Amino acid sequence: MTMRASLTFAVIGAGLLLGACSIQPWVKPYERDRLADPIMSWDRDAISGAYLDHIYESREGSRGATGTAGGGCGCN
Amino acid sequence: MTIRTFPRHLSRLAAVAALSLMCVAGAAVLPDDRADLFYSNYRGGGMDITGASVLVRKKFSEQFSVEGNFFIDKVSGASIDVLSQASVIKDQRNQKSLSVDYIHDKTQYNLSYTDSTERDYVSNTTHFSLSQDMFGDLTTVSLGFTLSRDKVGENNGTASSPDVSWLGHATSRSFEAGVSQIITKDLIAGVTLEVITDQGLLSNPYRSIRYVDTTVPLGYSLGTQIYPATHTSTAVETRVKYYLPYRAAASLSYRYFGDTWGVHANTIELGYIHPLGNKWIFEGRLRHYSQNSATFYSDLFPFVDSQNFVARDQNLAASNNNSIAGKATWAFAPEGFLIFKRATASLDISRIQFKYRDFRNIKDYNSTTAGGGYQPGTEPLYAFDAMVYQVYISVFF
Repeated sequence: MTMRASLTFAVIGAGLLLGACSIQPWVKPYERDRLADPIMSWDRDAISGAYLDHIYESREGSRGATGTAGGGCGCN
Repeated sequence: MTIRTFPRHLSRLAAVAALSLMCVAGAAVLPDDRADLFYSNYRGGGMDITGASVLVRKKFSEQFSVEGNFFIDKVSGASIDVLSQASVIKDQRNQKSLSVDYIHDKTQYNLSYTDSTERDYVSNTTHFSLSQDMFGDLTTVSLGFTLSRDKVGENNGTASSPDVSWLGHATSRSFEAGVSQIITKDLIAGVTLEVITDQGLLSNPYRSIRYVDTTVPLGYSLGTQIYPATHTSTAVETRVKYYLPYRAAASLSYRYFGDTWGVHANTIELGYIHPLGNKWIFEGRLRHYSQNSATFYSDLFPFVDSQNFVARDQNLAASNNNSIAGKATWAFAPEGFLIFKRATASLDISRIQFKYRDFRNIKDYNSTTAGGGYQPGTEPLYAFDAMVYQVYISVFF
């Protein structure tokens, strides 16, 4: 690739990336009443979610990617 | 979602992910102040665990909030592989955590510290994460790091007269990245990736291997588990939640897990949530989980010291687990009272079925006449059902 082609590629790439900054939200703020309903929350009750994750992690081989952090071994 | 619009959304997601570090828009908001009083009970597989917890979260400004949580687990009984070699155990786990959230511009920072103490196990966890709203709040990108330092011991005494010897330490580091994305005015989606790496004493001292031993009447003896000193796992979860044409929501999540011990697992969870008026919310969940066994796991080894690493921990056995759960939330003060905006009471009941594919029940069956006359390695596979009850009151202020 020549120097000129590299420069052209870099300019086009930068232009595309900066152009993305002007992306307009396709769901307007006034259209988000349903998404703001508490029933659409990923995790309505943090204690309950963390407790169930702890139960599963103590008895199964897998862990992680559930969004909670905690301790204890669940050894017994 | 129609087939025609689906690829367009996929392209949009890909573009958003690729450009996520280039520009920002929108504003993060701290969650509501709340206090929770929580009670839980787990019964299954010979164990009875009662938990109680208090959580308080309070905003001190629009930018700064603090959350404190105290959790007590009281354990009586013991799981089957502990009972196969030891007496009933009673123990208590106290977990304290403090979490601070801070918002600056469009970024939310979280720092938390958790201390978990049992008679024979101490764990300290520090977690830091940040999340950024962007593209007019359509996208939230989050990054997190967690460091845990554990001290592992074994109680060689009894429940009433413990004799704990400390065996070693384990350190765990977790790296997490996630994207939550508004797809349409009815649909949100999320992806989370977490890589966890551990080193140190990683085996459970209360669990043993068993190996063929023709010199004893049972035909097998128990021995010490030997685990590798390192372990790295990767988990990826994708999830979607859809607001139905009436006021209700359906969710679907899938998680893949793989680790350096040869365990691969798949988790799929379905959820449905349905409010009734402004006083009741009902929720149902179904979960299916399956995993294969670790490469160094065996229910019955051919002889002692047959390989470098040996394990017979039921967590590392192949299993298929299914859960069904229901939850009801009652807003007993939907319009608030005194200083409180809202108050709710919740009951959550789960039934979990654990079915092992290569972990046998040596507690109830063995080669003696009373044990059914099973030869080692032919005992029925182990399975049990667990019931989990959670009751809690939440007030929002």
